[in-house]
This record gives sequence, structure tokens and C-alpha cells, in this order.
Amino acid sequence: MPMSHEMPRSADRDEPHRLGALGPRVVRVAGGIGIAALLASVVLGSLQPDGIERLSRTYLVSFSYVLSLALGALFFVILQHLTRSGWSVVLRRLAETFAATLCWLAILFIPVALSVRSLYGWTQPAADDALLAWKQPYLNLPFFYVRAAVYLVLWAALARFFHSRSTRQDGSGEPALTLSMERWSAPAMILYAFSVTFAAFDWFMSTDAHWFSTIYGVYYFAGSVMGFLALMALAAIALRRAGRLTRSITIDHYHDVGKLLFGFMCFWAYIAFSQYMLIWYANIPEETAWLVVRQSGPWGSLVIVLSVGHFVLPFFGLMSRSAKRRTTVLGLWAAWLLVMHWVDLYWLLMPRWSGEHIPFGVIDVTCLIGLVGVFIAAAARVAARHPLLCVGDPRLAESIALENA
Amino acid sequence: MRDTQTPIATSESPQLCGVLAEFETVDALLAAARRVREAGFARWDAHAPFPVHGLDEAMGIRRTRLPWIVLACGLMGVLVGLGLQWWTNAVDYPFLISGKPLFSWPANVPVIFELGVLFAAMGAFLGMLVLNRLPEWYHPVLTSERFRRATSDRFFIVIDADDPRFDRRGTSELLESVGGAVELLEA
Repeated sequence: MPMSHEMPRSADRDEPHRLGALGPRVVRVAGGIGIAALLASVVLGSLQPDGIERLSRTYLVSFSYVLSLALGALFFVILQHLTRSGWSVVLRRLAETFAATLCWLAILFIPVALSVRSLYGWTQPAADDALLAWKQPYLNLPFFYVRAAVYLVLWAALARFFHSRSTRQDGSGEPALTLSMERWSAPAMILYAFSVTFAAFDWFMSTDAHWFSTIYGVYYFAGSVMGFLALMALAAIALRRAGRLTRSITIDHYHDVGKLLFGFMCFWAYIAFSQYMLIWYANIPEETAWLVVRQSGPWGSLVIVLSVGHFVLPFFGLMSRSAKRRTTVLGLWAAWLLVMHWVDLYWLLMPRWSGEHIPFGVIDVTCLIGLVGVFIAAAARVAARHPLLCVGDPRLAESIALENA
Repeated sequence: MRDTQTPIATSESPQLCGVLAEFETVDALLAAARRVREAGFARWDAHAPFPVHGLDEAMGIRRTRLPWIVLACGLMGVLVGLGLQWWTNAVDYPFLISGKPLFSWPANVPVIFELGVLFAAMGAFLGMLVLNRLPEWYHPVLTSERFRRATSDRFFIVIDADDPRFDRRGTSELLESVGGAVELLEA
């Protein structure tokens, strides 16, 4: 808190803080491109003999991608209330908005739920597969669907809880709403941690049902939060270019988002290496089989791309203060890391089905564009209904006055 | 503790070390700091009981070089960690552990990481001390009775006598003109 001559400014009422006409336009363009790309993916898939299976797999990759961004947003919102943060109030509505897309993502989960047979080998275990037989009490379809429903309903409910209270505060400025969000943030965070971990186990790790890694959920979480922070930086920059929130979100906020982005990028590397090293050291075939596929041949080259592109380059690129305080530089790194995050998830899931070669093709791109387009359209739809800023938050003035030493 | 009221016994007459000016508010301190900077002084400092936003800019303090020292130390830690493990495990005393290659990078990363962090932290701590010319056990300003309030409710600017632009009259007048209560520091 500045204790000096300058009193914190309160919300700048003249600043454009609504999407206005831009909202419906983004919904139309992003939604149109998204749906067209998804249709193109279906067409591409049905042209090949096993194309629909191929589509279901790349769909799972890109679904895990957009889901991770929304889950990262939900984490950010809960964390700000848990730590009672003042600095982030000007950014929190962006996070609330992206988190609010979780109810749309529940609909986008339906194709995954319909293609379980091509995604999860445990749905048709071999008769002599003792390991899968032993895991059957957990890995069986009815229980899988129940758990999926629980996660999706829980996330949508949490996102809605924080978004609706925050937008109600826009009009009333009622501090009691802040207090209630803070009170619920701790149980929300516990539920969040368990649900994300188990959803990652169920939907992504169980594609390779013989293999297991207890850190897998944390790995997915680390990439999710990093991906969301990159997305938030880009969204804020895009809004600034479009003349929205030009004064409330200051360079000091970008600087802090850049620090968090740097931190979670390192956290991802730390977790990724922790998972790798323990498996490498113990050298138990049951565990190494998963890595052997992912570190040989072309997939092995991708490991180097990820080590360098997802860690070493951005580590030095985002390290300096001036990089984080220049929106162009920060924006370029954010965009780069968003690409790397998708490559990471592709590397995580795809080798299970493709074996030694990287099957990358047009269908991967169209499917990714499709899901991202729908995701952005959903976010813009939510954003257009409310101010882009928590205008009623009691700590708004404190947030606007943020100053980094 | 030495009694600060008693001057150090010397045969010479007390020597002028600098000028101290006391201010009552942050605004006065910031305004005075801007004037002192504009007057071109180089060896001077400001004192406040709490961190004052904008003081660095008002005083014209450039950004610290410390991050570069920390980066260099961290990279040195990385090299030391790598070299240490290579020399001990693969060269000086080759010892086969669980069938791994003698020099295998995954096993080396934790030590490289820890030494990188350790060296960087040491570089930050020691570099901070050196750049701030610390520890400094004694400074003439500590003889001033007035200066004791620098830790509670007053703000100070101290200009050293060895500043090239320092002169007894002119410097005192400058500080008085910006509203400071001036005191000469002698030792």
C-alpha cells in the first residue's frame, strides 16, 4: 500500500469498462470459426477408415487444453479470495469470466463421454489382464460417468458461485459479498484440488490404464495455471488494444502477472522433472514403459522441444523486469507458452495411440481451432453481460494504485 | 555502547562531516530530495521510518545492478554443481550406482538446481551488503540527537561533506530553503 502523498484513485468512471458492441462480434466470429472448424474436423475424420477414432483422440487433447485454461482461471479466482488479495482486483473479472465457461465445457465433454471405447483401453480389458481386473472397481464405466458428472457440476457450481457474487457486487458494492467469497474460498480450494487431480487421473492418465503416476494431477494443474496466466495476459493486452480498461490495468499489474507466469512455468518444469527423475531412477518396467514411448524417436525430439521451449527459453526471456513490464514482450512470451502448453498435452496423450511416430495432421489443427473458438466465444458471451472490472469491489482502489518496487 | 554525546577525543578541532536536515512530512522530504538531486549532489542519502514510494525517483537512484550479480552467481552454482558431480562420480572415483551411466544428467539435476539456488541466494545477500557498503558500524549522523526520530516520525536528508558540490554555507542554505531544520554534523 502506498503510504505517500498520493491517495489511491478510485474506479475511473470514464474509462470504457464494458465490451459493448465488441462482445457480440467476438461471439459471432470466434463461435463461427470454432463451429466451422469442428465440423471440418468431423468431415476430415469421416473421410478416413479409422478417422473418427483419430478425431476422438485429438479432441481429447484439445479438450484437455481448453479445460485446463478454464480450470486455471477458477484456481486464480479462488486463490485471490483465499489470500485476500488486493492487487489483483482489476484482473479478477477476467479470471471469473474464463472460469464461468466451465458450464459450457461440461457440454463439450459429451463427445469425450461418447467415445470412451476408443479412448480408454480399460473399457475392454483382455481376459487375462490381471492389472486391469484389479483396477476394475475404480475404472468401470458407470463409476467413471458418475465421477465425471461430479467434477463438471462441481466446477460449474464453483465458477458460478464466485462469478455471480462478484457481479452482484458490481451494483451494490456490498462488502459482505467479499466476506462470503473469502469464507468459502478455503473449502472451494480443497474441493478444487481433489477434483482436478482425479479428473486428470480419470480422463487423461487412464488412457494408459496400466501406468500410473501420483504426480500426474499436479503436472496437469501446473500447466493449467501457467496456461491461464498466459491467456489472462493476452486477454488484458487485447482489451487494452481495443480501448478497454486502458487505465485500471497498469504496467504494474502486467508485471505481477508476468512474475506469476514465470513462477508457474518453472513450477511446471519442476513437476515434470520430478515425475521423470523418480521413474528414471527406480527403473521399474511398469513405470518406465510410459516414458520409453515418449522419449524415443520423434517423440524424444519433442521432449527436447518442450525442455527448451517450455522452460529454458522462457526462463531467460521472462526473467528480467523490463520484459515483464513491456506488454509486447510479455504478450509474445504468453502466446509462445500457450502454444507450448498445447504441445505438452499432445505429447502427454497422443503417444498412447500413435506409437512411435507423431501423427500430427490437419485434423489436430482444426480440432484445436474449433475448441478454442468455442471457448473464446463462450467467454465473450459471459463477458459482454457484465463490466470487465469488479467495479463494486471494496479493494478496487487499492488494486488500481498497485505499485511494484 | 559508547556514549554518543561525548565527542571522540582528538587534538584537532572537530571536523565537519556533513549537513543534516529534518523534515516533518513525506511530501517535504520528496520535494527536498528533488531539489538536492537537481542541485547535482552525489554523496547524500535520505532517511525515513518506513519505505516511501517515489523516493528512489525523487533522489534519482538508478536501478540496482544486483540482479546481474545474482544471475552470474546462480549460473556459477550450476557449473560448480555440474563439475563437482562429473569430477567426483565419473572421473576421480568412478562408482557404478544401480546400473546408471557414471555421468548421467537426470541424477545430477537436483544438485545442480540446489547449488544454483544456493549460490544465487548467497550472491543476493552478500551482493546487497557490498552494494550498500554494509556493514557500517559507525556514521557521524548517529551523534545527532535529532536523528533518533528517523526510526519513528521524522524524515531526514544527509549530505556528506566530501561531496564535490558541498560547501558549508551554500548547502545549509539550500536545505533550509526547502523547509528543513538544519544541523551540522561534526566528528
